[in-house]
Amino acid sequence: MTGIVNLRERVTRNVRDVGSSTVIANLRELFTRNLRQSGIYIAFVLIVGFFAIRSPNFLSPGNITNIILQYSYILILAIGMVIVIIAGHIDLSVGSVVALTGAVSAVVVIKGGHPWWMGALAAIGVGLLVGVWQGFWVAFVGIPAFIVTLAGMLLFRGLTLKVLGNVSLSPFPAEYQKVAGGFLLNGFFGGNGVDVFTLVIAAIAIVGYAVNSYRSRQARLNYLQSVEAFPLFVLRVLAVAGVVMAFAYQLARSRGLPIVLILLAVLIIIYSLVAQRSVFGRHGYAIGGNLNAAQLSGVKVRRVNFLIFLNMGFLAGVAGVVYSSRSNGAQPAAGNMFELDAIAACFIGGAAITGGVGTVVGAVVGGLIMGVMSNGMQLLGIEQSVQFILKALVLLTAVAFDVYNKRRAGSAK
Amino acid sequence: MNDNILEMRSITKTFPGVKALQDVSIEVRRGEIHAICGENGAGKSTLMRVLSGVHPTGTYDGEIVFEGESVRFGSINDSEDKGIVIIHQELALIPFLSIAENIFLGNEQATRGLINWNHTNAEAAKLLARVGLKENPTTPVGQLGVGKQQLVEIAKALSKRVKLLILDEPTAALNDNDSAQLLNLLRQLQGQNITSILITHKLNEIAEIADSTTILRDGKTIETVDMRTEEVSVNRLIKGMVGRDLEHRFPPHTSNIGEEVLRIENWTVHHPTQAERIVVDGANVTVHAGEIVGMAGLMGAGRTELAMSVFGRSYGRHSSGQVFKRGTEIHTHSVPQAIGHGIAYATEDRKRYGLNLIEDVRRNISAAALGKVSSGGWINGNEEIKVAEEYRASLDIKTPTVMSLAGKLSGGNQQKVVLSKWIFTDPDVLILDEPTRGIDVGAKYEIYTIINRLADAGKAIIVISSELPELLGTCDRIYTLSEGRVTGVVPKAEATQERLMELMTKVKEQA
Repeated sequence: MTGIVNLRERVTRNVRDVGSSTVIANLRELFTRNLRQSGIYIAFVLIVGFFAIRSPNFLSPGNITNIILQYSYILILAIGMVIVIIAGHIDLSVGSVVALTGAVSAVVVIKGGHPWWMGALAAIGVGLLVGVWQGFWVAFVGIPAFIVTLAGMLLFRGLTLKVLGNVSLSPFPAEYQKVAGGFLLNGFFGGNGVDVFTLVIAAIAIVGYAVNSYRSRQARLNYLQSVEAFPLFVLRVLAVAGVVMAFAYQLARSRGLPIVLILLAVLIIIYSLVAQRSVFGRHGYAIGGNLNAAQLSGVKVRRVNFLIFLNMGFLAGVAGVVYSSRSNGAQPAAGNMFELDAIAACFIGGAAITGGVGTVVGAVVGGLIMGVMSNGMQLLGIEQSVQFILKALVLLTAVAFDVYNKRRAGSAK
Repeated sequence: MNDNILEMRSITKTFPGVKALQDVSIEVRRGEIHAICGENGAGKSTLMRVLSGVHPTGTYDGEIVFEGESVRFGSINDSEDKGIVIIHQELALIPFLSIAENIFLGNEQATRGLINWNHTNAEAAKLLARVGLKENPTTPVGQLGVGKQQLVEIAKALSKRVKLLILDEPTAALNDNDSAQLLNLLRQLQGQNITSILITHKLNEIAEIADSTTILRDGKTIETVDMRTEEVSVNRLIKGMVGRDLEHRFPPHTSNIGEEVLRIENWTVHHPTQAERIVVDGANVTVHAGEIVGMAGLMGAGRTELAMSVFGRSYGRHSSGQVFKRGTEIHTHSVPQAIGHGIAYATEDRKRYGLNLIEDVRRNISAAALGKVSSGGWINGNEEIKVAEEYRASLDIKTPTVMSLAGKLSGGNQQKVVLSKWIFTDPDVLILDEPTRGIDVGAKYEIYTIINRLADAGKAIIVISSELPELLGTCDRIYTLSEGRVTGVVPKAEATQERLMELMTKVKEQA
């Protein structure tokens, strides 16, 4: 094609031509496009701010640690759920799967007397089997995920009762409890009321973030793409560093670095990459965005759908380990309604009801909004009844905002 | 005073970027069967949608006079109240409901809010007798064949005390027997003082049954012919439907034709849900490197079905025949296989099948060949943007940035994104289904230019189009299809619209 030859020149010109007016236009475009996403971050900051002002304890080291420990398993589920939702499905069974995997783990460790890691592996293995089962029905038989996972919700609850023989099992050995309640190498580098190890890890994370940001900026430059001005770039990295350090400092003043936080961070990073950068992730968006077009573009829809449910099973297994560890045992009714929390997290986090839109980070922030609200309202001593009502309104508002935005953008027409 | 039941005066209807109807006038006499004919896209359906209130008053210019008074319809309900009922090509029946329930859907025979089933079924039985359908009113509609469903639709229209019945391509999906029965019924209804407007591609039907015919072309009335006073030949209608000049609408191009790239032999396709229906019947098609081959056919001729079934069996699973690429047989049982063999298919319906409208231009362009911008399953985002920018430049896609959503682009630019997507798969054969549908003249010219460039680059190209001038202006050879069969291959030098139309309307008996 003749035009391609001139491309480099043309693009260079474009980059040079970006005057102030186009910058503003681009910013506006960026903002409208990301309103759905940025709205959720703004809401998160406002909610945190509100509770911080109303309750002095809210941002205390102990409470921040608590929020993380308390909602970690919902966030893990939300990570898998958002990928399911992006592809246009839903998974109603994850609460039951958390119960079942936790129960299997408890039977292996508590009843069987096996070491803690065998329990964890057994739970994850069962999660994968669940994924295979549901993925088979959704992807290869073609039954809507709503039905398959509704059946799964009952099926796995039933299996949980069977495995546990209708009684709770507890307690787990101390090592197992550490998964959700433990802290990594607390006091490894000493410190006087402040865990230096936590700060060191935070510093490493910040350096990693800075290096990575710089490299991706350089890569964009190599491809002649526009990038933010260097001072702005430095400012952004410093801002992130400040927030992370402040957060780490609060943790360090409490009990240190929760193991489950490391787990969460790793999962968030991996799955963000999977969603944004992998062919598999992209195919999920394509299926949810326009199934017909995806099919006619050569996407192996059945395979992708199967893998999505396999992955959901895996993460539900991980969540099962974390939850059973935190609750120090397995109960027949464990994980009840978790699916709804995870689904709500995704929608609050900007995922579209019809599929094709959503991000892992959005879902996590959506989950955090729910977690922070529950925690904050408890601190303020708000009645359970009011808590439910307020959470319902937040979910409804978030989705209404999403629908409103879509209609205004008119893009789906 | 004349005895016109309907007059539509100077109707002009504009869609964004396209003038669908321009100053169209039509007069329908009371009690006649009035045919409207024209090519696909001539504006027939739009005109009927204006008449029935689907496009309400205010969205078009002009006046509608029905039974001597000027009418303004805000919705279908308004026009039905006056006795105008339209039966669409895609039947609007609910398969799981019974005949009687369908007939009285939205018009339930109820007393004090409770449906009177005895009355409903008895009334339905009377209506069925009027249309000559011997079925129990309680039979679910889904159990009936298409022909009988058509009769149920007409019974439904009768239940609304119809005065003017509009049928849009009623016989397109019917076999000859059912068609004859339907046309017969229209004559009987004529005896009961029901006026009919019949939209059809089948010119022999018009010659057989219509009292007068209005010909539309490019959104304009060409003429109205009184079929009772003069002998009108099918050729005369064809001339009216197609005659327009082709100057300057197509970029000049001389193809440099090389070796044979794709050969489709004895290709037969069955309907995905009605297995006994054959939609493509033993088709043979070849296309060479650098050649642009056209496929002409009226609606239901099987062009899209042929293309989609070759492209990874995307149209049902029931197809047979052989596909050869450069002389060796290839199997294209799935879309990835077809793409792997260098076949690309750009669909006729961009929005439903071609693009992910809620995704950006960049990701739409890379969608069919993600492997080329990724390694080990990971996408190189920068490379992807570079590719998108390349196509944006070379195909001149007008978009603020490649990060803009595909849904926000104009039709022509969306089509360029679809073309980019398929060119990026580096295909040897490109099948372009209605590549210029719904896009304006300027953008059409650009698309033709792109097609020519692709042919010059040695690609084998198949263009499926309902616009004959487009095929005549761009193609080296044109296949004609009618009722699933290839009825002819016409080289460019010998092709005229009349010749093509004749082959396109050729039915089995004449063959």
